[in-house]
Amino acid sequence: MSGGLRVLSVGPAVTVQDGGRPGWIGQGLSRGGAMDRQALAEAAALLDQPQGAALEMAGAGGRFEALSDLRIALTGAPMRAQIDGQPVVWHAVHALPKGAVLDLGPVTAGVYGYLSLGGGFDLPMVLGAQSAHLTAGLGARLEPGEVLPAGTDRGGPTGRKLAVEDRFSGGLLRLVPSLQTGLFPEEQRDRLGRTRFVRDSRANRMGVKLVPEGEGFGVEGGLSVVSEVITPGDIQITGDGAPFVLMAECQTTGGYPRLGTVIPADLPRVAQAPAGADLRFRFVTLDEALAAEAAHRAQMAGLRGQVAPLIRHPSEVRDLLSLKLVSGFSNGEHHDH
Amino acid sequence: MTAETSPLLRTVGIDGLLVSFGDRLDEAANRAALAFRAALEAEDWEGVTELSSSLVSTYLRFDPLALSHAELEARLRPLMASRDWREAPLPQGRRLHRIPTAYGGQLGPQLAEAAGLADMTEAQAVEALSSARVRVTALGFAPGQPYLGELPPVWNIPRQQALTPKVPKGALVLAIRQFVIFSVTAPTGWRHVGQTAAPLFRMGHARPFLLAPGDEVEFPALSEAEFDRLATDPDGGVTSEVLS
Repeated sequence: MSGGLRVLSVGPAVTVQDGGRPGWIGQGLSRGGAMDRQALAEAAALLDQPQGAALEMAGAGGRFEALSDLRIALTGAPMRAQIDGQPVVWHAVHALPKGAVLDLGPVTAGVYGYLSLGGGFDLPMVLGAQSAHLTAGLGARLEPGEVLPAGTDRGGPTGRKLAVEDRFSGGLLRLVPSLQTGLFPEEQRDRLGRTRFVRDSRANRMGVKLVPEGEGFGVEGGLSVVSEVITPGDIQITGDGAPFVLMAECQTTGGYPRLGTVIPADLPRVAQAPAGADLRFRFVTLDEALAAEAAHRAQMAGLRGQVAPLIRHPSEVRDLLSLKLVSGFSNGEHHDH
Repeated sequence: MTAETSPLLRTVGIDGLLVSFGDRLDEAANRAALAFRAALEAEDWEGVTELSSSLVSTYLRFDPLALSHAELEARLRPLMASRDWREAPLPQGRRLHRIPTAYGGQLGPQLAEAAGLADMTEAQAVEALSSARVRVTALGFAPGQPYLGELPPVWNIPRQQALTPKVPKGALVLAIRQFVIFSVTAPTGWRHVGQTAAPLFRMGHARPFLLAPGDEVEFPALSEAEFDRLATDPDGGVTSEVLS
């Protein structure tokens, strides 16, 4: 093994996640993968490498020791982050030299933070992906003492950042009609767009519960529709009238009626809405949804061009006198951060 | 939609289309979904990235920015209209699996209850269930977990009101003329009539999923003592053959 990360301590819900396993719906295995796919795209842009797996950290990160010289990208929900006790910037790529300790605290906004490595993780591919899929019994939560082997990093920049728009505090979600939208009374479909929802504390990788302000939603006799395919973003209405937005690890089929489907470009916003955040819905046409998807893909493709050097203003640098302001004299044991 | 009308085409999210052959589970709708999926596999259209069938529908996932909804629909409609899919034969290449099952006792604690609802003795129920041949109508809920049907009408017994908090992996449960074998430990409203050791999902195995939609299954009875001996058999005593 060339090196990697040793887990010194870790939050309760940290797993390896990538783009998931498409292609197994007919076998009952949902795609899974990262809750906030955009965070993977941002990490790939920062590390200047193809999109791959990251550590997905729900709510809290952990402490990780570098067993080799590494490059790391920190994306998704911002967390309090330090390297050897020195604060480092989120939405950025940093050097993590051998022996250095990365300390990732609780999220300061949003839900899921992501830690990616230059070269990715050298972990086996199972059915085409490295992702843990806990509801399917694939993979496991990270435990202290584990070592995550790093893949081969062909090298690239460090000390660079991305300006990232806020998707960590709820907001507007665009919907297209689902298989069963027509079963809901028109009054409810209209009311959906006028209702403010609060993200409930009940949320996980399978789905996120939203509590409507005012009346609930539902279909007469709606508990007996025939089981049909589920796609992530589907808004399932269960018995109490509150919607669940089904997410990465949802079931593959379901018999509860679904009010609509959140478009893929807005799913990161659902994933990252913290408990108590306000969310709203707006139906769009399929053409509008496809235009939004094209715009989202263009934005993801353009991320690399937006990576900018990380410049710290001298007034923000508490340890100015300890920094090497002239380079070229490092014996490799020390590092800038 | 009634059985007589043409199949229904609907969108799923922004990247899926669903062709449905009924609005409730029946044998012809399930057969149509399986046959239509097999026909789409044979067509092998560029841009279609995933195909699956569920109880009464065939699902296509595609990249809508590479293959437009209109273009895909223009290809689908003639295929949908090309025949009465509810009259189509089942696809080739399906398999028959015999999954040994311990009925009743501690391994099937609700056999007596299910037998009672079907107006049978336990012995009659075991005789009936162990000689029935059912089809995998769909896989879902958990990886490799089958829905199997349809059992004779006498087994149209309702789901129970309260959930059984936990049935073990491999549990054979029954309701509304269908079996499910649980691929994970789970709560259920269906009645737990027997226990299998079927390896429904084996990570890293050459054939990770034992069953495929359209396969046929029988559940021959064996004693608890015989069942205990299956614990060391990685195949759980299951034998499989290709149906001709």
